[in-house]
Amino acid sequence: MSYLEYNVKRVPSGPGKVLYLNWPLLLLLSAVAAVGFLMLYSVAGGSLEPWAEPQMKRFALGVVAMFAVAMVPLWLWRNLAGVAYLGSVLLLLAVEFFGTTGMGAQRWIDLGFMRLQPSELMKIALVMMLAAYYDWLDIRKTSHPLWVVLPLILIAVPVYLTLRQPDLGTALLLVMGGGIVMFVAGVSWWYFGAVIAGGIGLVAAVFSSRGTSWQLLKDYQYRRIDTFLDPASDPLGAGYHITQSKIALGSGGWTGRGFMQGTQSRLNFLPEKHTDFIFTTLAEEFGFIGAFSLLALYVGIVAFCIVSATRNRDRFGALVTLGIGATFFLFFAVNMAMVMGLAPVVGVPLPLVSYGGSAMLVLMVGFGLVQSAHIHRPRDR
Amino acid sequence: MKRSPKDTEASTRLVTRRAAVLGGVQLCLAGVLGWRMRQMQVEQADQFRLLAEENRINIRLIAPARGLIFDRNGTPLAENAQNYRVVIVREDAGDVEAAIARLRQLIYIDDDEVERALKEISRRSPFVPVTITEQRSWDDVAIVAVNAPALPGITPDVGLSRHYPLGQDFAHVIGYVGPVSDYDLGRIEDDDPLLQIPKFQIGKTGVEQKYEHDLRGSAGARRIEVNAAGRVMRELDRDDGVPGSDLQLTVDSGLQNFCEARLALGLSASAVVMDIETGDLTAVGNAPSFDPNKFVRGISVADYRDLTGNKYRPLANKAVQGAYPPGSTFKMLVTLAALDAGELNATETIYCGGFTKLGDRRFHCWKRGGHGRVNLEQSLQQSCDVFYYELAQRVGIERIAECARAFGIGERFDLPMSAVTAGVMPDMDWKRDRYGESWKVGDSLNAAIGQGFVLSSPLQLAVMSARIASGRAVMPRLVKSVDGVEIPLESAAPLPFRPEHLALIRKGMYSVSNTARGTAFRSRIEPPALKLAGKTGTSQVRSVVVDNSEVPWEQRDHALFVAYAPYDTPRYAVSVVIEHGGGGSSAAAPVARDIMLYALHGGLPPLDAYPAADRRGVEEMFARLDLRETTRAGGERSRA
Repeated sequence: MSYLEYNVKRVPSGPGKVLYLNWPLLLLLSAVAAVGFLMLYSVAGGSLEPWAEPQMKRFALGVVAMFAVAMVPLWLWRNLAGVAYLGSVLLLLAVEFFGTTGMGAQRWIDLGFMRLQPSELMKIALVMMLAAYYDWLDIRKTSHPLWVVLPLILIAVPVYLTLRQPDLGTALLLVMGGGIVMFVAGVSWWYFGAVIAGGIGLVAAVFSSRGTSWQLLKDYQYRRIDTFLDPASDPLGAGYHITQSKIALGSGGWTGRGFMQGTQSRLNFLPEKHTDFIFTTLAEEFGFIGAFSLLALYVGIVAFCIVSATRNRDRFGALVTLGIGATFFLFFAVNMAMVMGLAPVVGVPLPLVSYGGSAMLVLMVGFGLVQSAHIHRPRDR
Repeated sequence: MKRSPKDTEASTRLVTRRAAVLGGVQLCLAGVLGWRMRQMQVEQADQFRLLAEENRINIRLIAPARGLIFDRNGTPLAENAQNYRVVIVREDAGDVEAAIARLRQLIYIDDDEVERALKEISRRSPFVPVTITEQRSWDDVAIVAVNAPALPGITPDVGLSRHYPLGQDFAHVIGYVGPVSDYDLGRIEDDDPLLQIPKFQIGKTGVEQKYEHDLRGSAGARRIEVNAAGRVMRELDRDDGVPGSDLQLTVDSGLQNFCEARLALGLSASAVVMDIETGDLTAVGNAPSFDPNKFVRGISVADYRDLTGNKYRPLANKAVQGAYPPGSTFKMLVTLAALDAGELNATETIYCGGFTKLGDRRFHCWKRGGHGRVNLEQSLQQSCDVFYYELAQRVGIERIAECARAFGIGERFDLPMSAVTAGVMPDMDWKRDRYGESWKVGDSLNAAIGQGFVLSSPLQLAVMSARIASGRAVMPRLVKSVDGVEIPLESAAPLPFRPEHLALIRKGMYSVSNTARGTAFRSRIEPPALKLAGKTGTSQVRSVVVDNSEVPWEQRDHALFVAYAPYDTPRYAVSVVIEHGGGGSSAAAPVARDIMLYALHGGLPPLDAYPAADRRGVEEMFARLDLRETTRAGGERSRA
């Protein structure tokens, strides 16, 4: 359904829109961000510097961005989807040529006041692009092979560019995020069955190609997989991170060791304790209760997105909401699975909690879209 | 794009359906995450908690203070001295080489030490203190401390290290400690974690080695929290361990000092002084000696080569390790065996014509012209060999050996010194086992004058003298108390010999030292209350009798003397062996007398204890002795 078809007057407009904002979602997001501030304060040894305070400022900025995005009518965002997508692709290309090398991967463009990760931006832009595409596409053609290939190309371009950086984690998130949008848009089950079968075949190919001349992944990527499958095989090398992470998590017990009492993080046994592995500090200091509570908050946010989407008769709005929610889900699920030893270490931050500017800003912009879809949803009566 | 209401409915239905599937899958995955959290944090929490504790807590051992060793009067013989060190912490020093170069402008450090330190620094974490140099003087440490602002990362430090204040006097008795080596670890069955501490000092020889268990004490421990890089964050708790037990030895440091100094006037000699009543060894002297402190510090290759290459064997504790033919000092035991067997009486005389003929072989007396008719007392007084050749044939080796063993010859005494020898008291079985040959009468003749197969240590000779003097089986001992607890004295059992026989032997020994014809008359003691009874011995190293002044040192005879005094109320037994020293009467007897007099006086003896003619010579000799001041003053120590 398009906006031209329903009574635009029923859609809130003007400053009064603020009242239609979904405040519980903002509350959930703020709660998660607050957990992040607390943990960043803790891992800095009880100090706002160097992480907690900048993170607060960014969150404030993010909330402002969310409001701004939410206030803009959704159809404008739909019309800008192509621009956002093209812009992100160009930025990814720019990273390819001018990117600053950090942590062995070219991921950033230094804007002076912050480092921009175009691959983060792409996560939202891709969701917008695909949602707009399926909004435009006649729904009867959704599963037509020709119209399936087009979104696959839309996904493949940024995935290729992020793999070049190389950033396997983000590439996987893009593939899965894009795939989920295609799934909820109604692409036939058969395609997904084929992809899953192909995926299994690919995994087999990846493993069987190891050490041959047509080796598909880089050596360090294979090592990460090895480490994931058996962290104990290399406890002081690549497996060190995951082993220490699991020790921290497990030693938390039911109620944890207490705020700022986590020995694993305080004594630096944990790697990347303020970014990718921040969940382990939470789990160590607040135990199962703390860790499970954060998981519940995350699930609540995703659940809100799903509920909101199913009640939204605007196709673009529903798909964007589901896409953003799914991307958010993938973030925290992959991160948590990674630190708990259920997934390989791929460098995915814990959303809204890990220290990091562009990821937080991009997510808040994404939730701005969700809010916009919520505010500007069609109302019949 | 315009879309029909029908399509919109279809779209919404499809999206809702797919969203429900997506939500369901996501919920399942979230469930897996929650289940995993529960599994790790609830079910396996204890196991992970343990791993976390292992991560952060390190146990560092604390070396206990080693037990001290004192002499019988409480004078420290082995103590733990402050070991001043200079240490460097790399991360504080910055440029390590420059820092050490600045340090070397202030105090002298040799190149080897610096090289060793630099290698150590490169191996260790930047925050670990590494010793640059140790065993420094207080002055050096003060210089480093005063210049601390100019020496970032370099600090003076103090630890404990073994020190032997009396230096070489007790080198052989107490031995020395040294850093535990891989060789030690392989050799000793000991799982004491202390041995894993780098450079931990353990006893290598002597009392230090034999009483290692008591002296060492038990390890203390410090539980410390470390971070991932191993840096110490804080100490959680500590247990200082139990210091080692102190030992008190039976030796008298003054007498020992005198003994060592007196022996050092010769080339290679040893002496043992034993308390006849208790068996306490009051001095175990060896010459030459060495400084055990050099071994504690880590002896240089050149110094060690000097010690091992020295033909006078400074490292050997000859007093207990040396096995020498006892020579004529053995004759008392042969006499006693003959008396006990009823083959000899006090008045019987035997004719000495200068030799005894056995088959085609002649066994000579040391006096070519012979002694004429000699009785028991005269045979000892003049050390007539022919008399003993006769006794040997009458008594036989078995009974001689039995008697000698009762006096300690051939017995390995259980004393805490290294390589205490059993010597050899041969008999028929021994020779058959050792050489596969039967015992010959000639062997008995040789044994009767303490030659041939018989070998004994100075310790055994002192025990023999003490047993002759007391008539009891006195046991030698070296340790008086452990950790303040006196080791109880067991009263020595009387020897199975008739007192009147023993008295005859003693009378003979008295004559040796106190009658004009006695072989040791020149080394007599004048005051009647202190009269000495002794016996000279000259044991051949070669079978041919030669003039000692004409052959190289190694081929000269060993000079021996055994004695006890006072004759009437025996208190000390002394034995002296001068290796290749020539005649027992000329070389060994004067040394034994001097040591005996010192022991009896508890200090440097007055000159009037000596025969008038000797006093000038003795005075000059005293002046030449290399004594410690306290020893020279002497006498002030309690004689309790």
